[in-house]
Amino acid sequence: MAVSVNEAVSTGPVRDHPPGARRLGGRSRSILEVALLAVLAVVMLFPVLWMIETSIKENRDVYAIPAKFVDFQVTSEHFKDVFVASGGGRSALSVSFLNSVLVAGVSTVLATVLGVPAAWAYSRFAVKAKKDQLFFILSTRFMPPVVVVVPIFLMYRQVGLIDTKLGLILIYAAFNLPFTIWMMKGFVDEVPAEYEDAAMLDGYTRLQAFWRFTLPLLVPGIAATAVFALIFSWNEFVFAIFLTSSDNVRTAPPAIAGLIGGTTVDWGLVAAASVVCALPVFVFAYLVRKHLVAGVTLGAVRR
Amino acid sequence: MAGIEVTALHKRYPDGTVAVDHVDLSIGDGELFVMLGPSGCGKTTTLRAIAGLERQTTGDIRIGNTLVNDLPPAERDIAMVFQFYALYPHLRTRDNLAFPLRAEGLPKAEVRERVDAAARLMRLGSLLDRRPRRLSGGEQQRVALARALVRRPRAFLMDEPLTNLDAELRADMRTEIKHLQGELGTTMVYVTHDQVEAMSLGHRIAILNKGRVEQIGTPLEVYERPASLFCAAFIGSPPMNLIEVEVADGKLRSQGGLVLTPPPGLPRDRCLLAGVRPEALEVTEPGAEGSVPARVVSAEWLGDEIIYVVDHGDQRDVRVRMPPTGRFAVDARVGLRHTGGTPAVYDVSTEELVA
Repeated sequence: MAVSVNEAVSTGPVRDHPPGARRLGGRSRSILEVALLAVLAVVMLFPVLWMIETSIKENRDVYAIPAKFVDFQVTSEHFKDVFVASGGGRSALSVSFLNSVLVAGVSTVLATVLGVPAAWAYSRFAVKAKKDQLFFILSTRFMPPVVVVVPIFLMYRQVGLIDTKLGLILIYAAFNLPFTIWMMKGFVDEVPAEYEDAAMLDGYTRLQAFWRFTLPLLVPGIAATAVFALIFSWNEFVFAIFLTSSDNVRTAPPAIAGLIGGTTVDWGLVAAASVVCALPVFVFAYLVRKHLVAGVTLGAVRR
Repeated sequence: MAGIEVTALHKRYPDGTVAVDHVDLSIGDGELFVMLGPSGCGKTTTLRAIAGLERQTTGDIRIGNTLVNDLPPAERDIAMVFQFYALYPHLRTRDNLAFPLRAEGLPKAEVRERVDAAARLMRLGSLLDRRPRRLSGGEQQRVALARALVRRPRAFLMDEPLTNLDAELRADMRTEIKHLQGELGTTMVYVTHDQVEAMSLGHRIAILNKGRVEQIGTPLEVYERPASLFCAAFIGSPPMNLIEVEVADGKLRSQGGLVLTPPPGLPRDRCLLAGVRPEALEVTEPGAEGSVPARVVSAEWLGDEIIYVVDHGDQRDVRVRMPPTGRFAVDARVGLRHTGGTPAVYDVSTEELVA
């Protein structure tokens, strides 16, 4: 005992480096870090800034050579064009935005309603070959979606889901479900099962116990998961462009892509539509910024 | 209040793991019954089966005279206290206590009266308006206990309720639980892996291992005559010395020359182990009467006692518990003497107590 106390005391003042040297090294390192990050930020953010600039520039400034960075005429004309057709009334783009809201919203609700109870079941019950089942569920996300586009196109043509919003909703829900189950299982694991046990002893059934005690504690997790699913559905391009064609079914990403490719491209309109399309993603990503990191480290920390 | 009968309990999970192999328990009305065992021995699964949180694969559970196999937890009229307390985080203490009563649909006045009574008993007066987050671990566990007893159930089930508390608080709560159970006289089944808790609390202790009951007995019985080598090694700190012995001339003789009095009815021609508690041995001056020559291998000074590890020419070194007065240096030549009564004797092949 006495020996260990002496050791503990003697190790106290010993240091590897004098404190001054360490602080200097730290400072020069952080300067380098900041510089690198700044370069990276400029590279990443410039297209976004350019998009926003273009969306509020007068057309002649948009096409000006050399490009005008600051000294340009501001207009809201492009944003008006996004929503209002040239002859008055609703524009095709605005219809596609409404479609996007509907498709992304409903598919997210569907994936959440199916995924949360599934995650709960996988977390709480002893299921046969649970690990294999969970791996299978995850494995459906291994391949890039474009791989299955052709078979799904053929299947959809058979059952008449081609060029329907329902078709998109179903495929997005199917793609979001594995993600929802995995992410929610992490959240359900964090809620002690004892709450449900206690509630069951207090006179509730298993489902009531889940509904009344576990579910309210899961709300933040559900919100985060749903936002991820929503962003995926909102941004999805491949399925949308293959499975839909008519203006009144199309979602925003293929509709915006459709603006490019004529003899002349109205870049102001493209930029404004892109800004409108990106806005909800910005907002939602901001709301779940904490979970963007948490999602990466999920399960890394033991309770 | 009621006794609990568990008959031929067997629990197998869908993935093939057998949590409980075969358990028979007969717990008396008003008894404080402790299930003790290492993790994975099936004690918690057995408790959860009694609570109705797990459905046993086969076997019967009776609470009082009712067969409860197919009753949901709520209809078994029992209360459970969990290791993680499981207080509802969104409810204040008062509402946490009232919750099971409201679920039962009791009139408001009676709910208030019972909550106040439980709060008085567990001294929760100042905590009634706080939420669980603002309570310390010990306070949370007192609330959890109060929530169990507010129901006035036929039995309490305790699932390692003190494991998450620090040592000092644990000792206090142990006393409190024992006192409470005595006062209320309600049957209590208490699961723990801590032998000190089991010894100090239980009227009777069941020692479980690998889904089976190894021994059921009072703390003293379990300590003095462990029913198997597993129990012998599990109870006591340091555990029993297991010394290989042979029967010769009506005595038990070890390789190292220790001579022990054999218990009656000892079978011949079998490999035997004698279980000798560390306090049934004594380290003496070399050559003292009745002692065999030995050497001190190491010594732990614990303040109130000294644990010597002694080599006396046997295959295994033995541990000896001595008062802190006599001091022998490490490596000193000493004598080793048996001072206890008849030891427990085990068959090496069956690992069970033979006499």
